[in-house]
Amino acid sequence: MKNETRQTNGTDAILSTANTLRWEIGDNIHDTLVESIYTDAQRIAARTVTVPESRPAFSFDRQLDRLITSRWFGFPLMFLMLAVVFWLTVEGANVPSAMIASLLVDTVHPWLRGAFSVLGSPWWFTGLMVDGVWLAMAWVISVMLPPMAIFFPLFTLLEDFGYLPRVAFNMDSLFRRAGAHGKQSLSMTMGFGCNAAGVVATRIIDSPRERLIAIITNNFSLCNGRWPTQILIASIFFGALVPAHLAGLATAGAVVAVAMLGIFFTLAVSWGLSNTVLKGEASAFSLELPPYRPPQLWQTLYTSLIDRTAIVLWRAIVFAAPAGAVIWLVSNIHIGELSLAEHFINNADPFGILLGLNGVILLAYIIAIPANEIVIPTVLMLTVLSAKLTGVGDGAGVMFELDDASGVADVLRAGGWTMLTGLNLMLFSLLHNPCSTTIYTIYKETKSVKWTAVATVLPVLMGLVVCFLVAQVYRLLA
Amino acid sequence: MTMNTQTHAANCEDCPVHNLGNLKKLGINMAEFDFVVALAGNPNTGKSTVFNALTGLRQHTGNWPGKTVTRAEGGFVYGAKRFKLVDLPGTYSLLSTSTDEEVARDFILFGQPDVTVIVVDATRLERNLNLVLQVLEITDRAVLCLNLMDEAKRHGITVDARALARDLGIPVVAASARQEEGIPELLKYIYEVATGTYVCRPHRLERTAPHLERALTELTRRISAEFPEIPNARWIALRLLEGDQKIIDAVRNGELRSLIRRTPIRQNEPMVNEGAV
Repeated sequence: MKNETRQTNGTDAILSTANTLRWEIGDNIHDTLVESIYTDAQRIAARTVTVPESRPAFSFDRQLDRLITSRWFGFPLMFLMLAVVFWLTVEGANVPSAMIASLLVDTVHPWLRGAFSVLGSPWWFTGLMVDGVWLAMAWVISVMLPPMAIFFPLFTLLEDFGYLPRVAFNMDSLFRRAGAHGKQSLSMTMGFGCNAAGVVATRIIDSPRERLIAIITNNFSLCNGRWPTQILIASIFFGALVPAHLAGLATAGAVVAVAMLGIFFTLAVSWGLSNTVLKGEASAFSLELPPYRPPQLWQTLYTSLIDRTAIVLWRAIVFAAPAGAVIWLVSNIHIGELSLAEHFINNADPFGILLGLNGVILLAYIIAIPANEIVIPTVLMLTVLSAKLTGVGDGAGVMFELDDASGVADVLRAGGWTMLTGLNLMLFSLLHNPCSTTIYTIYKETKSVKWTAVATVLPVLMGLVVCFLVAQVYRLLA
Repeated sequence: MTMNTQTHAANCEDCPVHNLGNLKKLGINMAEFDFVVALAGNPNTGKSTVFNALTGLRQHTGNWPGKTVTRAEGGFVYGAKRFKLVDLPGTYSLLSTSTDEEVARDFILFGQPDVTVIVVDATRLERNLNLVLQVLEITDRAVLCLNLMDEAKRHGITVDARALARDLGIPVVAASARQEEGIPELLKYIYEVATGTYVCRPHRLERTAPHLERALTELTRRISAEFPEIPNARWIALRLLEGDQKIIDAVRNGELRSLIRRTPIRQNEPMVNEGAV
């Protein structure tokens, strides 16, 4: 005990000496230190590095940078690049998606049902496991795997090439004008892959105020759980507006538009926050534009397929399995005449329709809080259930696969969907609460219940308002 | 005579430098290890590529600053010693306050790695040296990995690794980690610095202002008196003079003391590769 006190005195003496000396030296110590670091670095480099007089090898990089970060071509080039990536994803994913679906749903599903009944499983257990859990997983795999297997490698190739810092460079002035940190453009871009990863990536931002803004607005980056929803709905409602050979382009265009809208909301909300509750000046930073490097093709394919795609898919499956069980249960537990799902849908319908959505979509988003990936399957299943369609689906609580987008379109139209419903679903998919993983990550990074709540509730409120306004305008014009 | 040659050949085969087979990549299976190695460096210098080459893991590597913001850990066995490798976030300096820089600095200071490998971009050496010099203020056991030599060559840049090693007082390895070039030499130096075979004489900053020098000497003396075994009292003194809250707290709550206790454990390790004896 006595020893402890002595130690404390010793450290206190050190600290007070430091304080006194600090006053004597004045506050230029940081500059002195940085100066001596730079001087030494310069001297050592001058002694050891030989740089050729003319540097022709750099000029290609510089020309490319001049184009990519140019005031006039920078943004159009970015849109174009994104559009091409999505177009390749949309066009490339259709066929394998249908093949996987026909295998897992048309072949394996009936076989599983048969196997369960042979083993003497009661009807409710077969329903829960085969029609609920299995079909939810099958749907997620067939809808998500092909687009991810195309999108991730393409995106990773761009990343390895060195394109991302240039995007950040282009976006920097926009973010600064919004009162946020320029590096937010990097965490935002990470969010296009996964919002939870984007939230962690905000660690590169020094100021807590700007970091909080980046965390709260990261959800406006469409994550890979939402790309399939956007792509499917866009191809049904926007791809169908144009002749068939242009459908892919129209779909890609609509998805890029929603992604851009997300960037707009990121900037707008950042601006709003930095002018109200998170007031402050944007801090300066230097961003190094790394040299363009030829991507390592095989390693990129390997890491993006095995690490990224497999991990995201696994997460989706893990969340889809219990969600499938929940869907089956709410569709098969009856109170009076109607199932739980139908009760909710009937009650929520007026509110949903006021927003240009419907009760089915609202219920689907509640069930899908754990993972955005399962929104579309849930919507389809609930639509069939509530509209009492005949001829499609296998019964209450059974998610099913329709071989192509036109099959899905028929179900949705029969369920009362219009162009407005499709448009608003895309908007609501952009503007709603983050998935549970992201919410948990936000809490871990901010250690604040208050800001976690803000980041969770703010996008939902915005989604409701935006959908409501769009619905009113649409009905006025239509 | 013949016998002798054979023995030599056998020794060469066993010698870790000539045999990458001696490198056993442990991935993340590293329950027990003899040494801790930290991997520091500017963003986008290929730290993660070096990390992957040493551990056999496949950390995603990306061409943009800020790709790694957390620590990744892996392990490998070399010369019958087990090494734990910690990939730190890429930073330009250790003086600012962003979370990623703090993760890096705290680990080099409080994690007390046995060796800190600093990965630098050979095409941008001067800027990278700023971080190197800061790391050398904190630790005296470091190896410099002069990475991206292939790019430097393409641009006609040459770096005198020998002169650099002399100026910095630490081993310097020219490497192209993407092609796994230089990795065997890097391993050799990590091993030698960790076991104490190679004793670093790290470059220390020359501070010109005499009043600063006086204050620094005074404070360093007091810190050394209170914490006799601390390896980097001068750096602590500098941070205290600058008013670094984290370091002030570490002095006050005794975190600094726990740091001292760990240091002497790994002295006097056997210096020869047992396999060759």
